Amino acid sequence: MIKQWFKSGEPWVWLNAAAVSANLILVVGLLALVAVRGLGHFWPAQVVEYGYKDKDGVATTIVGELVDTVVLSAQQAKDANYEILAGKDSLVQQLIKSGNRDTTGMDFRWIEQQRITGESYPVEILVVERREWGNFYGRLVAVKEQGKIIASGEQAWPVAEEKLQAALKLFDEIDTMQRKEVGAINYALERLRLKQKRLQLQNQWNDNTRQELAKQEADYQASYQKLQGELAKLNEKLALDSLVVKEASGQEVEIPFAKTVRIYKPNAMSVFAKIGHYGSKLIEFVSDDPREANTEGGIFPAIFGTVMMVMVMAVIVTPLGVVAAVYMREYAKQGFLTRLIRIAVNNLAGVPSIVYGVFGLGFFVYILGGNIDRLFFPESLPAPVFGTPGLLWSSLTLALLTLPVVIVSTEEGLSRIPKAIREGSLALGATKAETLWRTVLPMASPAIMTGLILAVARAAGEVAPLMLVGVVKLAPTLPLDGNFPYMHFDRKFMHLGFHIYDVGFQSPNVEAARPLVYATSLLLVLVIIGLNMSAISIRNHLREKYRALDN
Amino acid sequence: MADTNHIQKNMSSTLTSAGYYQRWRLIKDALARHVVVVGGLGIIGAIVLIFFYLLYAVFPLFLPAHSEAIAHYSIPEKNLGKTLLMATEEQNEVGVRFTDQGKVVFFAVKTGKTLTTKDIALPQNVKISSFVQGDFANGIVAYGLSDGRAVVVRHLYTLSYPNNVRVITPDIEYPLGPEPLLIDKKGKALTQIAFKKGDDVSTFVAKTIDQRVILTSFEKKSAMFGEEPKLERTDAVLKTLAKDVAFILINKDHNNLYLASRTGLLSYFDISDKAKPVVKQQLSVLDVGTQVTAMDFLNGDLSVLLGDSQGIISQWSMIRDADNRSAMRKLRAFKASDNPIAAINPEARRKGFIAADSKGQIGIYYTTSERELIKESVATAAPVALALAPRANGFLLEASDNQIYAWHVENEHPEVSIKSLWQKVWYESYPKPDYIWQSSSASNDFEPKMSLTPLVFGTLKAAFYAMLIATPLALMGAIYTAYFMAPKMRLYVKPGIELMGALPTVILGFLAGLWLAPLVELHLAALFSLLMFLPLSVMIFAYCWQRFLPKDFREKVPAGWDAAILIPVIFLGSWLAVQLSLPLENLFFNGNMRTWFKNDLGIGYDQRNALIVGLAMGFAVIPTIFSIAEDAIFSVPKHLTIGSLALGATPWQTMIKVVLLTASPGIFSAIMIGLGRAIGETMIVLMATGNTPVMDLSVFQGMRTLSANIGVEMPESEVDSTHYRVLFLAALVLFMFTFVFNTLAEVIRQRLRQKYSSL
Repeated sequence: MIKQWFKSGEPWVWLNAAAVSANLILVVGLLALVAVRGLGHFWPAQVVEYGYKDKDGVATTIVGELVDTVVLSAQQAKDANYEILAGKDSLVQQLIKSGNRDTTGMDFRWIEQQRITGESYPVEILVVERREWGNFYGRLVAVKEQGKIIASGEQAWPVAEEKLQAALKLFDEIDTMQRKEVGAINYALERLRLKQKRLQLQNQWNDNTRQELAKQEADYQASYQKLQGELAKLNEKLALDSLVVKEASGQEVEIPFAKTVRIYKPNAMSVFAKIGHYGSKLIEFVSDDPREANTEGGIFPAIFGTVMMVMVMAVIVTPLGVVAAVYMREYAKQGFLTRLIRIAVNNLAGVPSIVYGVFGLGFFVYILGGNIDRLFFPESLPAPVFGTPGLLWSSLTLALLTLPVVIVSTEEGLSRIPKAIREGSLALGATKAETLWRTVLPMASPAIMTGLILAVARAAGEVAPLMLVGVVKLAPTLPLDGNFPYMHFDRKFMHLGFHIYDVGFQSPNVEAARPLVYATSLLLVLVIIGLNMSAISIRNHLREKYRALDN
Repeated sequence: MADTNHIQKNMSSTLTSAGYYQRWRLIKDALARHVVVVGGLGIIGAIVLIFFYLLYAVFPLFLPAHSEAIAHYSIPEKNLGKTLLMATEEQNEVGVRFTDQGKVVFFAVKTGKTLTTKDIALPQNVKISSFVQGDFANGIVAYGLSDGRAVVVRHLYTLSYPNNVRVITPDIEYPLGPEPLLIDKKGKALTQIAFKKGDDVSTFVAKTIDQRVILTSFEKKSAMFGEEPKLERTDAVLKTLAKDVAFILINKDHNNLYLASRTGLLSYFDISDKAKPVVKQQLSVLDVGTQVTAMDFLNGDLSVLLGDSQGIISQWSMIRDADNRSAMRKLRAFKASDNPIAAINPEARRKGFIAADSKGQIGIYYTTSERELIKESVATAAPVALALAPRANGFLLEASDNQIYAWHVENEHPEVSIKSLWQKVWYESYPKPDYIWQSSSASNDFEPKMSLTPLVFGTLKAAFYAMLIATPLALMGAIYTAYFMAPKMRLYVKPGIELMGALPTVILGFLAGLWLAPLVELHLAALFSLLMFLPLSVMIFAYCWQRFLPKDFREKVPAGWDAAILIPVIFLGSWLAVQLSLPLENLFFNGNMRTWFKNDLGIGYDQRNALIVGLAMGFAVIPTIFSIAEDAIFSVPKHLTIGSLALGATPWQTMIKVVLLTASPGIFSAIMIGLGRAIGETMIVLMATGNTPVMDLSVFQGMRTLSANIGVEMPESEVDSTHYRVLFLAALVLFMFTFVFNTLAEVIRQRLRQKYSSL
């Protein structure tokens, strides 16, 4: 019976079907994994308080968020030198985010479930999100103003919230001032220095120019001094107030509001409060700068850098790809050569991206960039301007990388346009250029669009070549800002994909960074899937349209 | 535009406005044509440029070294004595010669003109009896004197830029004080001396005229309260046949001492304890009848170069064998000449050296790559002194015809040869020849090990495991999707799986490294039980479905939706497999599969290993293979399958015998393109392996691939250095790999297309 069944080939068909299902499960599972982990990060987790008796029998209290649970079988636990208490056949380990890195030296710790003696979720536990040293878990004791306690016990909480709002506002003000105004002055001073060097190189450095520059510099210095004075005053004001929080161990710690981002009591929060908290964390994630070596805060510079790089790349790749495709499809004689070229273009789509990176570094950065510096920026030598990895070279490298995508897609679009349309246009007396410009290209525009979107999607997710030609883990300035010439093609930038690699693998505190990496991955996946979906729908739409034309 | 304006102006008088407009249109048309042709060809040219640029960057690696004579002149200040040592400074502009009368003559390298001469302060009634160069890099030399004392001199150069012109001012100083140090307490003349100066320790080894070999070291003891640091001396006599000792070398760590006799007896002493030097090994390094004629360290003082009377230079190094015993071993030898070797001079920063034979012929060699880079007849007389410039970009040779010959050398990339890139190389201090990639280190003494073999091996290993996982899943999926699946389901499934291909690999790498790797490490048994039970459970389900379920119920599920029904089955099967894994692990693997592998099979386990890479990269490659293979199978003409079915073949027989056969070139090309992608993938391997360049086939060990290696090392490599160019070579190799696979695939695909159109 079974033999006959096997002979019919049915089991193999089923096995093949299983392969499809497995593939589908893998895709969906992966997306779900990233989505759940990425989105879960912003939800305020319950803070648990454990009574714990460690290996040596010392009892402690552990306060923190439960992050992960791992079950080891008895044998595995034995091999890893863990002791299993009587009556258990496996070892359950829990990863607790206990925060307070400044006082305990570590903010994550593994504990054994079998040694937990008590578990509770006290509503008064306070979580303080700080600008340095990660989260702090403890109980609010008092609020201090200029070192004097102004509220304690029950009254402390509303006062603390109020004080924090004021501090955050002040912090924003200082931050804006430092970045915008002080940054602009520094930039202007740097330009003055370069101007002086340029004048010296051109032998125009005389008393006139010297005085002129000296005057400008004095002006800038004066406004810089003034700003510094204001900043100092604001900083002084910001440093006045602080929170007093008691740790699980009973030690009281003073946290200045200047170093605080957020305070909340997760165990006391209602669902709506949690949703509100979630929303504010989400907004912070996409719109704020990173903190603490990229492991906290937002990823705005990475989003901005990615978008910027991809936009510059799109501007470069579209005309190039379209011209190449038009040449191959409309102008070149179809024959051995065009076939060869087509093979070469297809081939390039398969060349490893890192090879493009190597090419970009060697050719664009060192040869092109080096020569541009020598010709146009002699005043800043030996410091390179374009002779170092940066936005322009990244965009150019990725443009080269995605060129085959645009060429292939545009060619496909051109080949779908019925010959009758071209012939009709030519018969009416239009030149070839006019036919192309007025009828063929507009009709092919959705195909060009598709190619462009696919190119953008590919470029947005590509990391390997960028590591060589321009991304950095932390860029002090965005490539676009309010300082002339506004768009800084020579600057290095941050990138979502590289952010994932860097934070996930180069960060000193991987455990703390992990949720953020999941969230960043989710964002990147969403962007890329969105782009691909739109490319697919445009392509389908296009096919429908030409099917109608053919009839 | 200037031209067209010009034409327009001429035309406007004779043509009507309509004619003018027609003319303008034609010009525009021609212009557009030219722009497109030039643009199109230019872009295609730019693509070709990548290949040629990579070649251009790699090319200098294989250029031969080159040398030319720049000047020769008679010895400057010949009356001040015979040359004991010649050297040049960093810029190769100023040369110096130390004479046997205690004079130091600085001269211009290009012209031989004397710049300045200095006298070494010597006590009265004392003669110079021996001389040695203490440290090549620091320019320290030592004179042994006839009263058992020694004086240490350093030649140094200060750079200044008056009026933006570089001026080099040479000078000498006495690092251990101008007063000679007493070496031999008995006060006998030192006939031979060796010396090394460290930060705190200075070590002298000298042979006295009454045939003793003595070791004297001075250690600086830091004194309290800002007093002058005191020199503490240690004395010892070496137990050796002193009258045979012809060459003495002390290494820069002051713990090894090498003595050699003319007849080739090499003795190696451990002098870590300066008071008690210990003979570690004595061996004869030459054939009977051959004599040692020159001896020096290679840069780094880890191996000794011996030149003999037959013109052979051999490299000997201390090798630690498996039992942790060290012994001197010969790593390699160069046949430099038929005449005796007269002088050997190592490069200051690389593992190369220059040697001169007794007839004035020189050769420049590199040990790691075993290359003879330059061979020139420089002089016709026997050499007296030989000086290689610190940057190895020139040398001076003084011959016995009282001439100094100055040569310029261009020798940028001696480290690379076909052998050093692809074959086993015996590196200094390594127990045996091996394939090793270890490109850089902080120290100058480091021997770069640039074998691409482990990287290519790692690349192929990663690709192999990825293909092992991806090929069956992708091809089986493609077969079902193209041939058996309901069209409506296919509409969603195909783009769904193709979407996988668009996922950034950095995300796959991150998940593989930080999520999958620890998970698999913990549940290794579950993974294997999944592999076993999943197909089994699918089969069992299918059998039960067709055999036991009532027909009406079965027919409620439309044909071609089997894959959808299987999804819950797979979930259930996986759950069962994971549940079963624990008892199975306890039963067969003593409860812990990883330790079982280690203890019973001797297979170590890396957390980030080839298995993880295979899973993650397999995932990345599946959509590529799936998409192309599915297209190939789907486009097999329908009349072929219909014919086969009509003749009574089952759908599966039709699939195997007709469809797959017809589509096989397309499937082959899909696999090729998938392989190309797996070979070039960077981020996944970078994040999911430990990136250690080991050559180990085990699935539980990591690897380093060509692409990951470029990603890791390229940003730090110095532009135009050998390392930089070798990385370019790695990129070129990658390029060639994928180019071959892709072209093959593309050609096959085009032929397939032609075949279908004829069917």
